[in-house]
Amino acid sequence: MAINWYKYASPATFYPFAARLIPWFSAAAAVCVVIGLYIGLFVAPTDFQQGEGYRIIFLHVPASWMSMFIYLVMAMYAGLGMVLRTRLSGYMARALAPTGALFTFIALWSGAFWGKPMWGAWWVWDARLTSELILLFLYLGFIALNAAIDDYRRAARAGGLLALVGVVNLPIIYFSVQWWNTLHQGASISLTRAPTMAATMLIGIVIMTLGFWFYTAAVVLARVRCEILERERHSEWVAEALAREPR
Amino acid sequence: MSIREFFEMGGYAVYVWGSYGVTAVIMAAEIMALWRRRRTLLHRLGRITRKSAIGMGNETQA
Repeated sequence: MAINWYKYASPATFYPFAARLIPWFSAAAAVCVVIGLYIGLFVAPTDFQQGEGYRIIFLHVPASWMSMFIYLVMAMYAGLGMVLRTRLSGYMARALAPTGALFTFIALWSGAFWGKPMWGAWWVWDARLTSELILLFLYLGFIALNAAIDDYRRAARAGGLLALVGVVNLPIIYFSVQWWNTLHQGASISLTRAPTMAATMLIGIVIMTLGFWFYTAAVVLARVRCEILERERHSEWVAEALAREPR
Repeated sequence: MSIREFFEMGGYAVYVWGSYGVTAVIMAAEIMALWRRRRTLLHRLGRITRKSAIGMGNETQA
């Protein structure tokens, strides 16, 4: 396998490559979300304790997973940008942050709307909820820091440092339900145990997660194309690429 | 299951639709914002490249 990965690390090559991927990721996202919603809202059986209220799980769990996964990928790109000094890594980190923040918000919001009927409270200062809120602040801090520093390379360094330091929060979120006595329930799905839920529920959650993953890929690639254009607008290849593109 | 029963969600309508609705709005807003960002950007860049093509801009020197 002689794929030259460095070729795709060049913004000039990546810009049209991303454009070709976006329609496929968008279509896959639409298909997965429609199937996931169908399973979640129609096929999955009513929960014997929580009635229909548990159907929030098909949003809440995938969004929470994505909030952590996107952060990990963002921190990876930020670290890669700091070590290898590839421009594209910095653009990718910046493009991932808003979508990660949105999924974190969705996780917190759907959690509040699930917590109210089941626990009787929209919010509690529980270890799981608090660490997820910190994740939202990490995303917002990363975005704000990048926006506040005019010099692009300095912004990327400062943002990258924040992103990397913030990684310690990820295991805290993940293991919070084991380390502390929390109101939030333990992991619903584990790699080491047999799942404690009905198979249709599990399938619904996995398909929704795939849908959110494809959605993220499409949206982030579209955003990274904007980032590339903004940063590299003075270079010759941008003028050539724009001339070739339909308006 | 009737359509009404479906939307009532066994009494959890506010919570279930409150979660799903807000998520749908957020995703739609993100896509819209990106679309507008790209349109504005292309508009701005189109002006710049046209200018430099007829030798008015200083963008090509960068």
